Amino acid sequence: MRGALAGRAIFVGVAVLALVVMPLLLEPFRLGLLAKYLCYAIVALGIGLAWGQGGMLTLGQGVFFGLGGYAMGMYLKLNDAGGDLPDFMVWSGVDRLPALWEPFRNPIFAIAAVLVVPAAVAVALGILVFRQRVRGAYFAILTQALAAAMVILLVGQQGLTGGTNGLTNFFDFFGHDVAAEETQRGLYIVVAVVLGVLYLAAWQLVRSRFGRLLLAVRDGEDRVRFLGYNPATVKTITFAISAAMAGIAGALFVPVVGIISPALLGVVPSLELVVAVAVGGRYTLAGAVLGAVVMGYAKTYFSEELPAAWLYLQGALFILVISLAPKGIVGLLRRRGHEFA
Amino acid sequence: MEGLVNQLPIGLSIGAVLLLIALGLTFTFGQMGVINMAHGEFIMAGAYTAYLLQDQPGGFLGSLVVAFVVAGLMGLILERLAIRHFYGRPLDTLLLTWGVSLVLQQAARDLFGAPNVQVASPSWLRGSLGILPYNRLFIMALAALSVVAIWLYLNRGAQGRRMRAVMQNRQLAAVMGINTGRVDQRTFFIGSGLAGIAGVALTLIGPVGPTLGTYYIVDAFLVVVAGGLGQLRGAVLAAVALGLLNSYAEFWTNASLAKVIVFAAIIGFLQYRPQGLFVLRSRALT
Amino acid sequence: MSLLEIRNLSVVFDGFRAINGIDLTVEQGELRFLIGPNGAGKTTLIDVVTGLTKPASGTVVFDGRPLAGLREHEIVRLGVSRTFQTSVVFEKLTVLENLDLAASFRRPLWSFARRRKGTSEMVRKALATTGLEELAEREAGVLSHGQRQWLEIGMLIAQEPRLLLLDEPVAGMSRDERARTGELLTTIAEDHTVIVVEHDMEFLRRYASQVTVLHEGAVLIEGSVDEVGADPRVQEVYLGRSREEAARDAVG
Repeated sequence: MRGALAGRAIFVGVAVLALVVMPLLLEPFRLGLLAKYLCYAIVALGIGLAWGQGGMLTLGQGVFFGLGGYAMGMYLKLNDAGGDLPDFMVWSGVDRLPALWEPFRNPIFAIAAVLVVPAAVAVALGILVFRQRVRGAYFAILTQALAAAMVILLVGQQGLTGGTNGLTNFFDFFGHDVAAEETQRGLYIVVAVVLGVLYLAAWQLVRSRFGRLLLAVRDGEDRVRFLGYNPATVKTITFAISAAMAGIAGALFVPVVGIISPALLGVVPSLELVVAVAVGGRYTLAGAVLGAVVMGYAKTYFSEELPAAWLYLQGALFILVISLAPKGIVGLLRRRGHEFA
Repeated sequence: MEGLVNQLPIGLSIGAVLLLIALGLTFTFGQMGVINMAHGEFIMAGAYTAYLLQDQPGGFLGSLVVAFVVAGLMGLILERLAIRHFYGRPLDTLLLTWGVSLVLQQAARDLFGAPNVQVASPSWLRGSLGILPYNRLFIMALAALSVVAIWLYLNRGAQGRRMRAVMQNRQLAAVMGINTGRVDQRTFFIGSGLAGIAGVALTLIGPVGPTLGTYYIVDAFLVVVAGGLGQLRGAVLAAVALGLLNSYAEFWTNASLAKVIVFAAIIGFLQYRPQGLFVLRSRALT
Repeated sequence: MSLLEIRNLSVVFDGFRAINGIDLTVEQGELRFLIGPNGAGKTTLIDVVTGLTKPASGTVVFDGRPLAGLREHEIVRLGVSRTFQTSVVFEKLTVLENLDLAASFRRPLWSFARRRKGTSEMVRKALATTGLEELAEREAGVLSHGQRQWLEIGMLIAQEPRLLLLDEPVAGMSRDERARTGELLTTIAEDHTVIVVEHDMEFLRRYASQVTVLHEGAVLIEGSVDEVGADPRVQEVYLGRSREEAARDAVG
C-alpha cells in the first residue's frame, strides 16, 4: 500500500515537472527534443506492456510507429496541398492522387487510421503467429523481418510514400503554423498529456485481472492453456494495444519533428527502443518510459559531443545492462531504496 | 522467359550465401539457445579479410581460409567472453549481441572508413558458363562443399557425434562425460567461420561496407525459422527456397514488394509447420 | 453413461507405440488410480485426454462428447482439469491470484479489464480445502515443493471441474506432505471424479480403491487394490523384481 502511495506521488511529481517546469525551463529547441523523446516513451510504454509484462519481444514496433506516422503525414500533406497533389508526388511525376491517399483528406479518417491500422496489422500477425504457438525468439525474428520488409517497401514506392525522404515539409497543423514556437509548445503539452493518460491506462491494465493473466502467460503459457484460457487471445490483444500506442506515438512525432521517413522506423530504431526499455527496466512501465527518455537524451548529448564514441558507448551500455543489470535503472534504484529503507 | 532463366543463378547464389550464414545461426541457436545478432558482423569481417588480402599471394582462395579463421576466432572470443553466460536465454543474447554488433560496425568504420569498398574478383571467376556466371557458380559450389563438410563432420566423426548429443540433450550429454563447453566452442568457431566464408563470397557480387551483415542477417534468421532449429536439411531447403523466392518475387513484382512477399510466405508456411521444416522431437513440455 | 470412455486408443511417437489399444472407462464420482512401470503410458494417456498429445487412432469421449480435434483450453472448458508432474504455478502472482485466475476462466475476457475485487466463493473454498489460507497473500514463488502441489490442486478445485487428472501428486514429497496430500485427495474425491497417476506404492495402498495397471501401452488388469495385487501378471511386470517381492510391494 505504501508502495502504491509513493507511486502516485512520483507520478504527480513527474506530471508537474513535465507539464509546468519543463515548458518554463527549456528553450524551444530543447523542449522540442523532449517532446520527441516523449513520443518514443509512448512506444516504449507499449514495448513494456508487450515484452516486460507479456514476454513478447517485439522488434518491429517501428512498423506500427511508421503506420501511425504516415497516416498523420498523409493527412497533413493533403491538407497543405489544398486541392493539388502533394509536392513530392509532383516531383516523382505522379499525375493523379493514388486511391490509397484519397480518404486521408478527412482528418477524422486519418486519426482513426492512426489507431486502427497498427492495431489491425498486429491482430492479423498475432492471430497467425500466436495461434501456431510461434513465440519467444521466433516471434522476435519475425517482427524484425517485418520491420525490414516495411522499410524496403516504403523506400521502393517513391510516388506513394516519398521514398527515402519520407513525408516532410509540413506547414499547417489543424489551423496552426506547425513551425511556430507556440504550436510546438502546445504540441509538447499534448504529447506529455497523451503519454500520461496512456501510462495510467497501461498501469490500470497491468493491475487488472487481465494484467495478472498476462503475467501468467509470460511465465507459463502452457499452464495457462490448461487453466482453460487461450493464450493466443491474451497475447494478440496485448500486442495490438502496444501497436496502437506506437501508432499514436508516430502520429504525434510527425508534427513535433516535422518528418516521417523509413530511416525512423526500420530494424535499428525498433531495436534501439527495445534496448532503451531494457536500460530503463523492462519489468515496470515506469522503467520503460524512463529508459526511452534517458536514452533519447544520451543519444543527443553524445552525438553532439562525441559523435564517434556514441556507437561504442551505446553498444557497451547494452552489453553492460543486459549482463549486469537485467532489471535496468529501475532495478538499480530499487536495490538502492531497499538498502536505505 | 529469358529473365525467368537469368533469375535462377541469382536466386540460387543468394540462397547459397544465406545458407552459409544460416548454418552457424541454426546450430548455435539449436545447441545453445542463443541468438547471435553479431553473426552479421562476422560476415563483414570475412568480407574485409578478402579486401585486405586481395593483392597478397594465395589470393582469393587463401582469403577464404583466413576469413574462416578470423571470423571463427571472433565467434569463439564472443562465446567465451559473453554469450556462454546466457545459454538458454535467446532474447537476452539477442540484445546483448546487438550491442556487440554496433561496436563491431563502428570499429569497421574507424578501421576501413564508412564508404563501401570494392574487392576485385579474381580473373578466373570472370565470365560465364552459358547462363551461369562463374562467380555465382563458385558461390553455389562453396555452399555445397560447406554443407558436405558439415554433414561429414556431424555424421562421420566423434566430434560431430558429441555435437549432436549436446544438441539433443545437453544435460544427458554432460552426464555422459562430454565436455559440453568444448563442444560449444567448436560449434561457435565453425558457425562463425562459415559466416566469414559467406562474407568472402559476397565480395564477388557486391561492394563491402561496415553494415554489410545487416542486409543478410534478418533473412538468414528467417532461414533458421523456416528450416527448423539445428537442422542441416532444413537449413539447406529453406535457404534455397528463400533465395529463389526472393529473386523471383523481385523479378515478377519489384524489389520493394519482394520482401513483403517473402515475409507473407514465411508466415503462411508457419501455419503448416510452426516449428519449421524439421523438428527435433522431445516429450518435454517447454 | 460413463463420464470418460476411452476406446482402442493408440499413440505413436516416431514409430514407437507409447499406447497400444487402451480401453478405459471411468464412472461419475470414481477415484481411479493408474499405475504401471516406467514407459507404461500413464502420463501419455493423460496427455491424450487433455489434448496435449494427438492419438494415432481410437476415441476419447468425455460425458458423451468426443474430444478429438479440440484444443487444450477447450477441453478444460468442458470440465477436465489436470496437474503436471513438475508443478507449474505462477511464481510472480500471489497464491490468491493464482487461485483467482484458475477460478475465473469462465468469465468473459472483457470483464478482466477490471481489478479483482474480493475473493470469490470458489477461491475461498479452494484455500480452505488446501489449507493455504495463511499464505494467500504471498507470492507463489516462495512456496515449498509440497505447497506448490497443493496450490496446483487448489487451482483445479477452484475451476470446479467434472474430472480431475493428477499426475504423480506426491512425487518428491516428504512423508508428512504425502499424508497431507492423501487427506486432500480423500476430501476432493468425495465430490469429484478423480484419476491419479502414481508411482508411490505406499500411497496407493493407503488411498486407492479402484486401480488400473498399464503395461507397455496397454491395460494389463483393472480392479480393486487387492485383486490387482494378487494378479501374477502384475507381479511379473512390476519393476523387474522377483514375484514375491513385487507382490508385497504392490499391495503390502
